[in-house]
Amino acid sequence: MLAIYKREMKAYFITPLGYVFLGVFLLVSGAVFCFSTLYEMTSDLTEYFATMLFCFVILLPLLTMKLFTEEKRARTEQLLLTSPVSVFSVVFAKFLAAYTMFAGATVFSGLYFIFLSFFGNVRIGLLFGNLLAILLIGMAFIAVGVFVSAVTESQLSSAILTIGILLGFMVVSSLSDYLPAEWLRFTVSALSVFYRYQNFSHGIFDIAALVYYLSITALFLALTVRSVDRRRWR
Amino acid sequence: MIRVEHLSKRYGNRYALDDVSFEIEKGEIVGLLGANGAGKSTTMNILTGYLSATEGEVYVDGVNVLDEPMAAKRKIGYLPEQPPLYFDMTVREYLDFVYELKGCEFPREAHLGEIMNVVKITDVRDRLIGHLSKGYRQRVGIASALVGDPPLLIFDEPTVGLDPKQIIEVRNLLRTLGKKHTVVLSTHILSEVQAVCERIVVIKEGRIVACERTEDITRRLETEARFCVKIAGASAGEIKEALRAIRDVSHVEQIGGRDGESYPFSVETKGGADIRRAVFQMCVSRGWVLYGLERRGLALEDVFVRLMDSNPDAPLQSEKKKR
Repeated sequence: MLAIYKREMKAYFITPLGYVFLGVFLLVSGAVFCFSTLYEMTSDLTEYFATMLFCFVILLPLLTMKLFTEEKRARTEQLLLTSPVSVFSVVFAKFLAAYTMFAGATVFSGLYFIFLSFFGNVRIGLLFGNLLAILLIGMAFIAVGVFVSAVTESQLSSAILTIGILLGFMVVSSLSDYLPAEWLRFTVSALSVFYRYQNFSHGIFDIAALVYYLSITALFLALTVRSVDRRRWR
Repeated sequence: MIRVEHLSKRYGNRYALDDVSFEIEKGEIVGLLGANGAGKSTTMNILTGYLSATEGEVYVDGVNVLDEPMAAKRKIGYLPEQPPLYFDMTVREYLDFVYELKGCEFPREAHLGEIMNVVKITDVRDRLIGHLSKGYRQRVGIASALVGDPPLLIFDEPTVGLDPKQIIEVRNLLRTLGKKHTVVLSTHILSEVQAVCERIVVIKEGRIVACERTEDITRRLETEARFCVKIAGASAGEIKEALRAIRDVSHVEQIGGRDGESYPFSVETKGGADIRRAVFQMCVSRGWVLYGLERRGLALEDVFVRLMDSNPDAPLQSEKKKR
């Protein structure tokens, strides 16, 4: 598993993909940061994180789109699946590599707040709550991306489909207000990523949300394992 | 080393493999022979645990591939039809990756160094795989199969797309490897099987139609003879009938269309009987003109074509049915 993880990490940096991701991530987060705090003359972080969440919909598929599609195209999948490693460790290693990229960039962007704290009063609890929430949501999003790359054949279709699904996760909460029945509204918003995020964004540690994000991650990783396995049973 | 029992693989309602059973002994070099789409790659993919089987069991060195895939995969080095290479890695990086992937415990430098020497890729070790020629890529693929020193090597069409010099090199390499390992290779090139393999398994439309030692097939070729006959003076059908009626003739086939006035036929005989005198006399007695009469040896190609041929009166197949 370590071998696959190392190879994926290396692959991010021998192709331009890793640099493109990091560059765009820092550019976007920097710009969002400027507009949401510096420009607004506030040290309130909530808007920054909420906006970044939407940016992830576009940014994270960059990391996951090639994970399985490239293996299928180059037939290297055959090497992985005929080696003495379990399908789960292949899936998990790839997930972990993408997550390392994402978490690294996110934590790095946390530097902004250290600078911000020189000029204003940054609420540490809120900062860590938001950071944790975003790391958890990113985990769920990447798991979705890993799954999509396992069921699609090309990088492009993988990226587009992932963006579509993630966007669905995001907008489903605003949609829920228009639903006719109470129980439907409740169910839909309970499934919404954004709704779950709100407690964190107020600095409240929400166990239910933690469980929710971890379950989404586990669910999609399990689906990925199944779909890779299923190819053997065609 | 390999025991395959009643293996079937179904895609929808089409059988890619239909009740295939065979056994391969330790230390053998076996050729899996068949036309394109006959089921060679499917068989190999199941042997290596890449595909699942619809029915049947596969044992590698006593380990069931479907029940204990991890243990079985450790015993197999596999080179798929298209070598599974990461073009953005150097040869050395790639072999390092495979080494770690397979969880090998040999001293790494010595092990990989020896493999690179055996397949002669030491001089390109620091080049990107994507920049290598097809022959080198194939060799890197073979090298990756050798990592971990598995007792069973499975190569799917190892010489496809190589130039003649590279083909000879790869064949020599296969023979060398065959001294230490059990080797299974698939091919549709007959001379390759003849040159390298000790035993041949012929697959046709998902079934095994022959599984014999190469010598036995070669010996059988010597007991049969083939003649090329060109006759004018009657219709093709009439001539064919007449040729069939000659004693010891087992198979008559028109090879190509009318050539001037004459029709060319290929005639095979049982037990290597010489029918040239009989053909000549037949022509004389019927007033036909003999344009050509020539004896030719039966090549492995003919056996292959006949095994592949669904024509029920082809000698080899009827022989098989009797068995």
